[in-house]
This record gives sequence, structure tokens and C-alpha cells, in this order.
Amino acid sequence: MSDGGSRGTAVEARPEQARWEAAPPGPRAVATFQVFRGDRTGGELRAYQVPVTEGMVVLDAIHYIQHHLDSTLACRWNCKAAKCGSCSAEVNGRPRLMCKTRVDEFGGQPITVRPIKVFPLIKDLVTDVSWNYRVNKEIPPFAPAPGDAGPWRMHPEDVERLFEFRRCIECFLCQDVCHVLREHRGTDRYYGPRFMVRIAALEMHPKDTASREELLHGKGGIGYCNITKCCEEVCPEHITITDNAIIPLKERVADAFYDPWRALLRRLRGRKEPRGT
Amino acid sequence: MAEWYDAYAYDVLVIGAGGAGLRAAIAARAAGASVGLVCKSLLGKAHTVMAEGGIAAALGNVDPQDSWEVHFADTMRGGQGINDYRMVEIFAKEAPERVYELERWGGLFDRTPDGRILQRPFGAHTYRRLCHVGDRTGLELIRTLQDTVVHSGVDVHMEITLTRLLTDAERIAGAFGYRREDGRYVLFRAKAVVLATGGWGKVYKVTSNSWECTGDGCAMAYEAGAELMDMEMVQFHPTGMVWPPGVRGILVTEAVRGEGGILRNARGERFMERYDPKKMELSSRDVVARAIYREVQEGRGTPHGGAHLDISHRGPDFIKKKLPSMYEQFLKLADIDITRSPMEVAPTVHYVMGGVRVEPGTGATTVPGLYAAGEVAAGLHGANRLGGNSLSDLLVFGKRAGEHAARYALGLATAPRADDGQAAEERALLARPFERDTGENPYQLHEELQEVMSQNAGIARTGDGLAEGLQKVLALQERAERLRSAGSMLYNPGWHECRDLRFMLTLCEAIFRSAIVRTESRGAHWRLDYPDQDPEWGRKNVVVRRANGEMRVGTRPVPPMPAELARLLEARA
Ligand code: SF4
Ligand code: SF4
Ligand code: FES
Repeated sequence: MSDGGSRGTAVEARPEQARWEAAPPGPRAVATFQVFRGDRTGGELRAYQVPVTEGMVVLDAIHYIQHHLDSTLACRWNCKAAKCGSCSAEVNGRPRLMCKTRVDEFGGQPITVRPIKVFPLIKDLVTDVSWNYRVNKEIPPFAPAPGDAGPWRMHPEDVERLFEFRRCIECFLCQDVCHVLREHRGTDRYYGPRFMVRIAALEMHPKDTASREELLHGKGGIGYCNITKCCEEVCPEHITITDNAIIPLKERVADAFYDPWRALLRRLRGRKEPRGT
Repeated sequence: MAEWYDAYAYDVLVIGAGGAGLRAAIAARAAGASVGLVCKSLLGKAHTVMAEGGIAAALGNVDPQDSWEVHFADTMRGGQGINDYRMVEIFAKEAPERVYELERWGGLFDRTPDGRILQRPFGAHTYRRLCHVGDRTGLELIRTLQDTVVHSGVDVHMEITLTRLLTDAERIAGAFGYRREDGRYVLFRAKAVVLATGGWGKVYKVTSNSWECTGDGCAMAYEAGAELMDMEMVQFHPTGMVWPPGVRGILVTEAVRGEGGILRNARGERFMERYDPKKMELSSRDVVARAIYREVQEGRGTPHGGAHLDISHRGPDFIKKKLPSMYEQFLKLADIDITRSPMEVAPTVHYVMGGVRVEPGTGATTVPGLYAAGEVAAGLHGANRLGGNSLSDLLVFGKRAGEHAARYALGLATAPRADDGQAAEERALLARPFERDTGENPYQLHEELQEVMSQNAGIARTGDGLAEGLQKVLALQERAERLRSAGSMLYNPGWHECRDLRFMLTLCEAIFRSAIVRTESRGAHWRLDYPDQDPEWGRKNVVVRRANGEMRVGTRPVPPMPAELARLLEARA
């Protein structure tokens, strides 16, 4: 990339609109992408020269490679608008959505794209994320009281905090970055931040009656999380994973196992009893 | 003996795991059938996830005057009378219950102050009718159904592409395809198959659709002998992103206009005043899309060939709460802060009203044992779909198709036999691109096809343009016989594209042939050489089917509405 990088890597501080006029990439602007190619048997980074267009994202470059240079390059994507969570990869070492990562943010530096590391590789940028689906299946689903058929009245203030959790697009970037899963091959002891978010959404739902404390304490492994907040930093949906999901869940678990009275009181008073029903 | 494919057997096979497929699988399982659910991508990533604005259902939570009757009339009027009124009636009556059911399954919608499901206004809906959660309603719907399906005893098979429906004499017997992650062939034996494979927006260059929207299901059904209907009806959503180039076509939800967004041309004129002074920005999609198209054609477009859509007057707090993903999308991808500046928008291909012709109440196609629901099925939306009606369509008809497929499967006296010969034939077709050293690049061909569709079957059509487009598609079909791919069957997008392309070419032929026949303008089908509606054509649907290996086009009478339903339309005209 010959220009467009005069702003360095200060992504956050990009002024609106002015950028196109200020730094249009030249007609022959080309960027080098180092893309991981390989499968379960091994692989390597391969370099591709990709013409840069205005506003281009990393996924555009991958598509360019597929269409013009090597049609066998494997990657997942669906929406190209940061809504489906398919295109997760590690761009210059950081877990990102490729469709939301602008090429110009790297200021002309080479861009390296690797598959997310925490899950087994299938091919190129595609990994085997099936473990996440198995975990999801282990979580007791939403369970309203039998016979409570609705239509329900649930007041905005009682459900407000759930919307954040429901925004999760299952990109699994947080799973990728969580050191419990990543560094210690911890998928057999901790469900990971994505599923803490999922469980929080269920546990805090005013109409839910199931209890997941035991699961969290046991197989879910919430105790392994030591609140480093790395997960939060990479979440493209800006979910406050630790403060809003994990810490309240840890409190519930602590109550259930070490302060059953408080747990009972919470149950009677709080979350399962919305107003107005 | 080791088979050359992995085999599975179910009473009901559901193909596609968007809203319709998930809902169908849940229903078929609840009806007692064993169910396999196949999706091209990972579970939860289907195109439904992109739906933003809401689910249309006459709950009457915000406007108590709303009722199924008004929803019925709005939908019929939106479809310009060629929808199947029987589908519309079922739809308008059952949509509310399907929404409440989602809530019982854990779905969460924005609330009214008194705790009920909030509803927002949307184009051509008389009352505030769209149940929503911000601008990510599709995600909520798919996640809720996904979490329900995984606990319902349905087997989910991810990243499998099925490319051929297997038949035993006339009846459906299963489907055949391959699995991406290991490159193995797979064969599903099934007594009934529900197609929930969505649309084929990917045949156009500028589209809001994902790579998956290549119409495999519709084309497979056609190849298996099913009748298609209304193929000329392709919806251009008025507002897609236009700049920068990489995001061209990405959807800008109608909710922006629902929440008060204003359209202006480059001169700053609120041009909808000239096209629909009553409904303005909230006119139906075909009208707004044509208006923007005209403004651009007549030289009043914005720098990148669109219109300005401005919501900034609603203030940052409101915008970030009601349209959070639009805010984020423009900020990150286009460097626009929509709380301060207008968006630049232009029409983008969004939806196909046409598809497989189905029986109104059951989703049964003309092939015994084959059902269809959602975007792949035709009839509900007629010549133009109203925003928000798609999500309720998925729920209402997904459920019905699943139930009826299960009933059919469980009632069969003898199970159909899936024919290995058909599977072997398909394998040979799939493997062909590997057998050449030189040949056509599927991506190149796809781009050319998109060019043809945009030029010749775009928003404004003419007889000559359509005829020329058809010839071009036929020429591309010939070239598609010589596609070539490198690599292996293991997660190989280029090779995958080869089969997709054949499906798309089949459907494009159907689009052209149908559009040529309909010599009038109606809804999404705008003919410059026949600019007016023709009442004669208002009584006909264009249908397509295969006979002796050739595509045949015909018409069918639109089922006439009984007097009491017809009165609903007059009452609100
Ligand atoms: S805060 Fe907990 S879940 Fe998040 S990355 Fe750190 S250890 Fe993992
Ligand atoms: S919590 Fe955030 S990072 Fe984790 S999967 Fe969901 S959206 Fe992705
Ligand atoms: S493609 Fe959907 S999130 Fe990137």
C-alpha cells in the first residue's frame, strides 16, 4: 500500500469523512498480505499482492485472492457487515473480524492473516469450532415456569441488561483470546467467555426458572476465569463480558455454594420475579 | 463395505438453517418425525441473521386498532394483488402467535413502557407493527430458534452443501451433496424434504445477500420437476450502502426510515414528496427504490450515485439505542457518524418474491414429499414484499411446512428408495471441474453473470434488454460446461462456486423468461416499454417448469379472493 497510511495506526481517532479526500490511495496502490495456507498436516504463510481500494477491509483482500490469485483459499464469511461472526481470524496477531478490519489502519505495513489459534485447524483460515456447539448444548436451555404461557409483561428495566448479552454474534474471538482456553488447552475445564455471556443471559432472564450454578461451578469452570478482561477487549459487539456477565455469575456461584441463604433470598426477591405479571 | 459417501437417514430432512429451516425442523420433530437439519454454513450464520428491522405481526400492542385484517390488506396491496390470498390470510392470522412463541423460547424484544413487545412503523404497514430489538431482530430470531433446535432432538449437520434432490419415481427420496470440512460426499435418505434454502440475490452485483444466497434449493427443486412461480419478481431494497466500494449493497435497514429517517437528493429536496406524498419515506419498497433510481438517472444523485438518508435529527442517544448496528456499520466501514451526517444510499437487490410454487397451507410443492418455506417459496409476497413480512413468513410457513412434511413422512406406507445411480451422476457432475487442466474461472463467470443481471434484469427493464439478457445467460450456461477448479474437495471455495454457478444460471434463465412474458409493470417488475399495470396480468402468475429437459413458461390464474376478504381491501384503499 503506497499511501493511505499517513495516519499511522491510530484507528480509533479517525476523523469522519475527511479521510477519503485527504488520502485517496493511488491507482496502483498494492498491499502485501501474508496469509496462512495449510491444513492439519502443517502449513506456512504465503505472500499475496492485492490492489488496495478505498475503505477496503481485510475480507475484501481475501476475496480478491480467491477470485484472482488462488481460488482454493479457504475462509468463512457470510454477512460482510460484522453481523454473523463468521470471518474471525488473527490479523497481525490480534483476533479480529476480517470484514470489520480496515486495511488502511495498518498504515502500509504488511498484513498477516492467520486462523484463530485456539481451535484445531481445518484448512487455511478455517478452524474447527464444533467444541463451542457442544458446550452450548450442555447448557440447560431457557425454562419458563410450566403453564406460564404469556403474552408476558416484562418491564424494560427488568430486561435492559439482557440485551447486551443477546448481541453476541458467536464470533468466538473472546474464546480465542482467553488465556484459560488458549494457553493451557483449557477447553476441558472452562466453557469460555462466550458461554458465560450465554449463561448470564439465561440466568438473568426474569422468566427463567432453571438453575445453572452447579454447572458453572463444575464443568463450566467459572472459577478458572481470573478477570483479566482480555475477552472484552476483542469483543466486536463491545459486550462488557466480565463486569456484566462473569462477575455477577461468580457472585451467584459463591452464594449458591457458600452462602445458600443469600442465594435463596435472591431467588425469592429478585431476578425471577419481574413486576407487573 | 465402505461406501463412497457418508449416509444418514431421517423421516424429514430440512435443508437450510435460517429462520424457516430452524422453525420447520422444530415443528417436524415436535410432530414425532426424526429430523436432520443441514446448513451450508455454521449454525446461526444463515442470512436471516442479517434481518434488521423487525417481525411484522398484528399484535396491536402500540396501535390497538391493528388486526390481522389490516395486515392482510396491507400485504395484499403491497403484493399488488398477485399474491396467493390464502397464504396471506394464514400468515396474517398466525404471525402474532409465532412471535409470542419466540418469546416463550427465550427471544427478547424491545418493550413498551408497560412491558409488552414494542412495535415500530415500517413501509406500507398501516399501523406500527414490527416487533423488533434495535436493528438486530434477525439475530434474535435465529439465536432463539437455534437454541431451541439444539435441545429438541434434531440432528444438525453443519457446512454441508446439498446439490441434488434424489427421487424414487415421482417421490422425493433424499438429497446428495458434500461436506466442506472433510471433502466427503454425503447422502441423506429421507421420506420428506423441506427446502428452506433462501433466495438468490447473489446473481446480482449489488446485493445485500451473502455468498450463500445462490438459490441452490430452488434450482434443485426445478431440476426435480417442481414448478416455480413469479420468478420475475426481484426486490430491490431502496437503501443499500454505496460507498466505499467494498461495502456497496450492504443493507441499510428500513428501520432508519421507520424511526424517522428522511431521504433527500443532491439538491437537498425531499423527493419522496413527488412520488408518494402520503406515505413519503414509508412508501412500499418498490416505490422508494424506483424514486431513488429516478433521481439518480435524472442527475440529482449524490456523488456516488445514490440519495442521502438522514436520521441525525433524532439525536445520538436515540440513534445508538434504536439503530446501534447501523451506527457502528457506518462508523467503521464508511467513516460516517450517522448521528451527525447523512448516509449515502442506493437500491440493492435484497429479496426474491418468486420461487417454488407451494400449496398455501402446507408448503407442499408439486413434487410429492418436497416442501418449501421461506424465501425459496413463492406466493405470499406477490409482486412486492413489505418489510418485516419476511421474518413472520419464515415462522408461520416454516412451522407449517415442517408439520406437514412430518405428517406426510410418517403416513407413508412404503419408504422411498434413494437411488445410488442419481447420486453417482451428481458426483460425476461435481467432480468435473477437477478433470480439466484449463477452463473457465467460476468467479469470472459469476462476475459476468452479475453484470448481465444488473444490466438487463435490473430495476428498470425493457423487452429488448430482457431478450438480450436471456441470450447472454444461455451463452454463459454453455461456458459453465467448461468450468475448471484447482485443489481438492476439502473446503475449496472456487470448486464450490462451480456448482453454485450452475444453479444460479438456471434461475437467471427463469428470471429472464418470466420477465419477458409479463408485459406490464407491477410491483418490483418495472418495464419501461410497458409502464402501466395491466388488469389482465393482475389475474395471472407466471410459472416455469422443466419439460423434456427444456424450460417452459406458462401462466396460472391468481386464485380469486372470496368477497369478504376482497372487502377488506376496499375498506382500506
Ligand atoms: S476475563 Fe476471564 S474469560 Fe475473559 S479472557 Fe480473562 S480469564 Fe478469560
Ligand atoms: S461475546 Fe463478543 S467476542 Fe465473544 S463470541 Fe460473542 S460477540 Fe464474539
Ligand atoms: S462476514 Fe459476518 S461477521 Fe464478518
